[in-house]
Amino acid sequence: MRRLRLLASLALMALAASCGGVTREISIETPIRPKLDVSMFQRVLVAGFLAGGTDEVDGNTETIRLLRSQLRNKSDLRVIDADPLPLLEESGLKPDAAGKAVIKDDKDLESREHLFANADYWKKVGEEYQNPLIVTGTVMFTPHQRSGYVQREEEVYDSFGRRRVVPIRSFQERKGYILKPKFVFIDGRTGATLYSETFREEVLYNANQSTPALSSYFELMERLIPSFLNTLSSQKIKGSRVLLQ
Amino acid sequence: MTRLLAAASLVTALLVASPASADARGDARQQVRFGIDVAARGLWREAIYRWERAVELDPTYAEAFNNLGVAYEHEGELDKAKAAYEKATALAPSHPAIKQNFELFREVNDRAATPAPR
Repeated sequence: MRRLRLLASLALMALAASCGGVTREISIETPIRPKLDVSMFQRVLVAGFLAGGTDEVDGNTETIRLLRSQLRNKSDLRVIDADPLPLLEESGLKPDAAGKAVIKDDKDLESREHLFANADYWKKVGEEYQNPLIVTGTVMFTPHQRSGYVQREEEVYDSFGRRRVVPIRSFQERKGYILKPKFVFIDGRTGATLYSETFREEVLYNANQSTPALSSYFELMERLIPSFLNTLSSQKIKGSRVLLQ
Repeated sequence: MTRLLAAASLVTALLVASPASADARGDARQQVRFGIDVAARGLWREAIYRWERAVELDPTYAEAFNNLGVAYEHEGELDKAKAAYEKATALAPSHPAIKQNFELFREVNDRAATPAPR
């Protein structure tokens, strides 16, 4: 992707220069203010998530682990190490005999979301951990498949040996995953929800490509982690722009 | 007679105004050049000052507005950056580099936009 952007920038610079303009590509870092003022908190508790969808990935455990590690490295808040809260049970559900997820789809999740509005429950959790910022929410990770025409580029050579790139459209079966996390930020002092944000990311692979579910989960989470972190701390987005004369 | 006088005054006005506005454009271009040099050395506030001067001198200078957009973006002043890019786009709607810069800015701005709480 970065290489593509670089190539596009170079092409643009060449185009602008050919129009008579003088250009200069320059790197910039745009500071983005945090979405939430968390200056009143010193600590953060990633409490756990109501997770559902495929059984191939434990969305609760993996999300807790990932967010804690990201917050440790990229925020000023101290991350509390604690066992995940039994949110499934608190929401009125019980894991099946194998301890597997009993939340299969969005409807199952929606019917359990009242848990996040239960200020008394979260206030108690807050008291137990000395009033931190609490991060919780839902994670739905589901397999997904789609078939349709996909365009790719192919090199062809004519009778004079000249190379050309032509678009080729082909019908393909593709499969992958959809990740839909909702992050809920709760004030551990009052139990009130401060902010929540829902994301949706999906990835599709060729049907003959075998990508482990956990790899897809991390691939999709990686896309939205900057936005998650930007809720709590300022971030710098690196990029390049073209200055013109 | 009146028509002749009007024509004469128009010619006089053009003769007087043209060198002045040409000077202003030349000065604006100098400011832009200097702004690019200092921005490349990381002196973005100075660059902003130069490019603001340039658009004062020549309010039709799309490239200067583009550079202002880039500089404001770098400084985290996203509202000002948006206004500058909009102005640059309005002045030069088909300029490829301005279009690309604005597009990239929009991606950043979308990320920065705070959605309604809860």
